[in-house]
Amino acid sequence: MAYSDKVLDHYNHPRNVGSMDKNSAEVGTGVVGAPECGDVMKLQIQVEGDTIVDAKFKTFGCGSAIASSSLATEWIKGKTLDEAGKIRNTEIVEELSLPPVKIHCSVLAEDAIKSAIADYKNKNTTDR
Amino acid sequence: MKTPIYMDYQATTPVDPRVLDTMLPYFRAFSTASSAFQPNAWLQIGDLIGASSKEIIFTSGSTEGINLSLKGVAEMYGSKGKHIITSEAEHKAVLDTCKHLEKQGYEVTYLAPDKTGRTTAEDVAGAMRDDTILVTIMWANNEVGTVNPIREIGALCHERGVIFHTDATQAVGKIPVDVEADHVDLLCLSAHKIYGPKGVGALYVRRRNPRVRLVAQMDGGGHERGMRSGTLNVPGIVGLGEACRLCAEELEPETKRLNALRAKFEKSIKSRLDHVAINGNEEHRLPGCSNMSFAYVEGESLLMGISDLAVSSGSACTSASLEPSHVLRSMRVGDELAHSSIRFGLGRFTTEEELEHAAKIVIAEVERLRAMSPLYEMVQEGIDLSTVQWQAEH
Repeated sequence: MAYSDKVLDHYNHPRNVGSMDKNSAEVGTGVVGAPECGDVMKLQIQVEGDTIVDAKFKTFGCGSAIASSSLATEWIKGKTLDEAGKIRNTEIVEELSLPPVKIHCSVLAEDAIKSAIADYKNKNTTDR
Repeated sequence: MKTPIYMDYQATTPVDPRVLDTMLPYFRAFSTASSAFQPNAWLQIGDLIGASSKEIIFTSGSTEGINLSLKGVAEMYGSKGKHIITSEAEHKAVLDTCKHLEKQGYEVTYLAPDKTGRTTAEDVAGAMRDDTILVTIMWANNEVGTVNPIREIGALCHERGVIFHTDATQAVGKIPVDVEADHVDLLCLSAHKIYGPKGVGALYVRRRNPRVRLVAQMDGGGHERGMRSGTLNVPGIVGLGEACRLCAEELEPETKRLNALRAKFEKSIKSRLDHVAINGNEEHRLPGCSNMSFAYVEGESLLMGISDLAVSSGSACTSASLEPSHVLRSMRVGDELAHSSIRFGLGRFTTEEELEHAAKIVIAEVERLRAMSPLYEMVQEGIDLSTVQWQAEH
């Protein structure tokens, strides 16, 4: 398998590996994928106002999956929830030069972002 | 110590310099007369597997040998019956040929091996019918190294008058093989798995008790007693012969050496890492094969981090089809184990120093990836992963 330099870079020097307190009201947690599929991504965001001030990830998956989720945390830091929710997997594919057989890794990363945002919103909705 | 360290001896092996030396003169001295090398290669191969030299025919390798055996028997004995028995853990050469025969109207029973990858004589007996004409069970599995009870299966087949073929590609030269004592009718092997050249192999075809006949799959000239036409690969055959001779000579000491090296390697890894499973049958296993699963770490990502080692993984991510190893699947140990599996192959040129280095690299990378793994984190927190509701889109 020929990996792009960027994938190798994220694999060897992943950004933002770690965990946040999922019980905190400021934190949104998204866990997507399944062990039987060989891909599980946990992506967490810390939100102030409507801006993502910090992001962390942990991934069980191939190099492309690790790179996709690492890149995702890099991109969403500093963005608003709306902006982060607009990130498309195709942008990840382009940035990392993912081959067709690895495109699903980028889809999962997009799902992880959306899942984390949804979780944060769920925890912070005021019932009317 | 050179890197990358080669630890993929089940995939292929380097040509032993001694084998190459015997081959070179046959490239330099041009001759079409096969008599020049005839006695040696046939005898050397026969010796290694307990066969007469008259029962050996040359092929381009086991894939061809398997095709010739399965299709050759099916076509020859098709009027007697159309049922074939095999195992789900076989090499694709067997499985794909069986699929081809199914399209031609044959019925194939694919036996599920046990959790260690083993198929027993009882399993085969349970599937046998009056119209069974062929049983094909591999001697040793290429992915997990599990050795099947060939002698018992062969005895059963002879008792029932069913032809028994075994893909012995991984077994020949590594464990004792005796086509007489083990009741084998057809056996294939490849040179490139036993430190010989690629592109050549041999097929043993029993001549007595019973006499096995095959319909040739390659026509044109009637070479190899009409079973396999085509000009012989003389230098290749000489190399195959010498490769067999060396294996026969070194089998016992090599077995001891590899068993000891593997035990040390597995011990050093298991003493530092938890949640490591050995895939295969530890009691009946090829000396050079160590297939391990590192739970909560995915195989392809692990391969990337141990690029100093040449090994393979049963993970779906490493295959173009995104299907995990069919062998590990057939053992029904769960796709997760397949995704986290790495096959380490030890061989003739493996040194203790290489293995120490390999163990160090593997341990370090598994620890690094586990620190990045949400699954490992959950397990450390005491969560039972089987109770989790996963959000899988695909």
